[in-house]
Amino acid sequence: MIESSLLQLGDALRAKKISSVELMQLYLDRINALNPKLNAYITLQPETTLAQAQAADVRLATGKADALTGIPFAQKDIFCAKGWLTTCGSKMLHNFVSPYDAHVITQFNNAGAVNLGKTNMDEFAMGSSNETSHYGTVKNPWDTTRVPGGSSGGTAAAVAARLCAAATGTDTGGSIRQPAALCGISGIKPTYGTVSRYGMIAFASSLDQAGPMARSAEDCALMLNVMTGFDERDSTSLQRDKEDYARDLNKPLNGLRIGLPKEFFAEGLSNDVAQAVEATVAEYKKLGATVVEISLPNTKLSIPVYYVLAPAEASSNLSRFDGVRYGYRAPNYTDLADMYEKNRAQGFGEEVKRRIMIGTYVLSHGYYDAYYLQAQKIRRLIAQDFTEAFKHCDVIMGPTSPSTAFKLGEKGDDPVQMYLSDIYTIAVNLAGLPGMSIPCGFGANDMPVGLQIIGNYFDEARMLNVAHQYQLATDWHTRTPNV
Amino acid sequence: MSLTTQDVQKVARLARLAMDENEIETARSQLSGIFSLIAEMQAVDTSGIEPMSHAQDLSQRMRSDVVTEANQREAFQAIAPQVEGGLYLVPQVIE
Repeated sequence: MIESSLLQLGDALRAKKISSVELMQLYLDRINALNPKLNAYITLQPETTLAQAQAADVRLATGKADALTGIPFAQKDIFCAKGWLTTCGSKMLHNFVSPYDAHVITQFNNAGAVNLGKTNMDEFAMGSSNETSHYGTVKNPWDTTRVPGGSSGGTAAAVAARLCAAATGTDTGGSIRQPAALCGISGIKPTYGTVSRYGMIAFASSLDQAGPMARSAEDCALMLNVMTGFDERDSTSLQRDKEDYARDLNKPLNGLRIGLPKEFFAEGLSNDVAQAVEATVAEYKKLGATVVEISLPNTKLSIPVYYVLAPAEASSNLSRFDGVRYGYRAPNYTDLADMYEKNRAQGFGEEVKRRIMIGTYVLSHGYYDAYYLQAQKIRRLIAQDFTEAFKHCDVIMGPTSPSTAFKLGEKGDDPVQMYLSDIYTIAVNLAGLPGMSIPCGFGANDMPVGLQIIGNYFDEARMLNVAHQYQLATDWHTRTPNV
Repeated sequence: MSLTTQDVQKVARLARLAMDENEIETARSQLSGIFSLIAEMQAVDTSGIEPMSHAQDLSQRMRSDVVTEANQREAFQAIAPQVEGGLYLVPQVIE
């Protein structure tokens, strides 16, 4: 049962081969046995989960079930869920039981899906290794001495270790794609604006986007069908017709034009990752695709641009955490200013404070033009690179991450080294394009390698088609770690 | 690029983050490293380029001026660090 796809689970539930309550118990037992080793979950509330499963069983019995009714999903702990502890990986929110649901949570609830638990993450989604979580590092299920990636590392580890049917993530600079790659699962960050950000704790509002993380492209498509849609509570939510993201899964790939950016295969890419990606491109040629070399000349600049814009937005978004109406309150303080400073100094971790400081600096008087405005201008150049590239190809492919999962603690002391590991993913967020990662082989030490697929705006159905056809021809996505 | 201790102290104060001398020094050295990375941007000629503030060129939607949120004072105050008589408590601001 734990190896079933979402379609298979839905069929089994509707055919009464298993009840939703039985399915939850199966997963909760598995989590109890394996989570101490992986630390993928921050919060489990079995009573809430089982009550929701009972309601799903009633819905199944009355024939009112939808595609995802009764299926256990884990939610990244960045999504506010009513009655659930919602920490965002931070001590600042160690006691925050959300009084409301994020739009994404409402969408899953309306579909009859069941919330299995809240997954671990880098604090406020700031990190690429899950080592910045206040609730401890997540371990990679393929090798527990290695990182799962970040910031959606708990989700990636939970999906890879089969501790949920599938789960949600969020991606500001690669936080769905990079952990998906490092844990050997599939994940897609849709076009900016397609999934509502309401109730998703904000990091960098012009870049943040939620998406599914699952075992296959097909599962991702079914989840996107539920997660997307207009929401007036998010001012950047796009008013578009609802679409079926699974509609093109079975189209053949004859004539597909794949663009390979030469900058993605240059210095800095590990040999093992390069080999796996090249073998994958060869497989795509067998499936009928043609390959064209393209250029994204400003790729290298995406890192400095991102580390101005994202911290600038974060410093503003995180100013709300003052410990007055909710969140962490320091035990001792003198006056109001002292209380704010101590709440924030004690409630935030090192990486979060570092980014707040960068953001505060670049937005401060005298530096705004040199940093913030310059970064916004280069952001446009980066977006224009993609517009130009898509004149010559249908999708862009390359590695998701320059290496496979690194060792826990390996990049601990130097934030710049950690930042450089997001070189292939960040530009996609800056442009607002959809991007995904699927497993495409194994590299050194038998660690998974991810293939990144970048699509044009609103081209998710085609990207999922491209991923699904590869997954029909290969079996990388079915490999599981021995936990 | 290298930041001074005074730069870091000023930023910490603006960001409302209490930091002792050791933390200021650590932050100074790490932020200097990060700003060296960021400095790569400065060499790019961006004259005539419109700044891109957002992924989609959207104008803000208008909505009717009606109340949409229900009053949930009790639910919200149940998770507050300190409340009394329906009010959030902070140190005294006005003598």
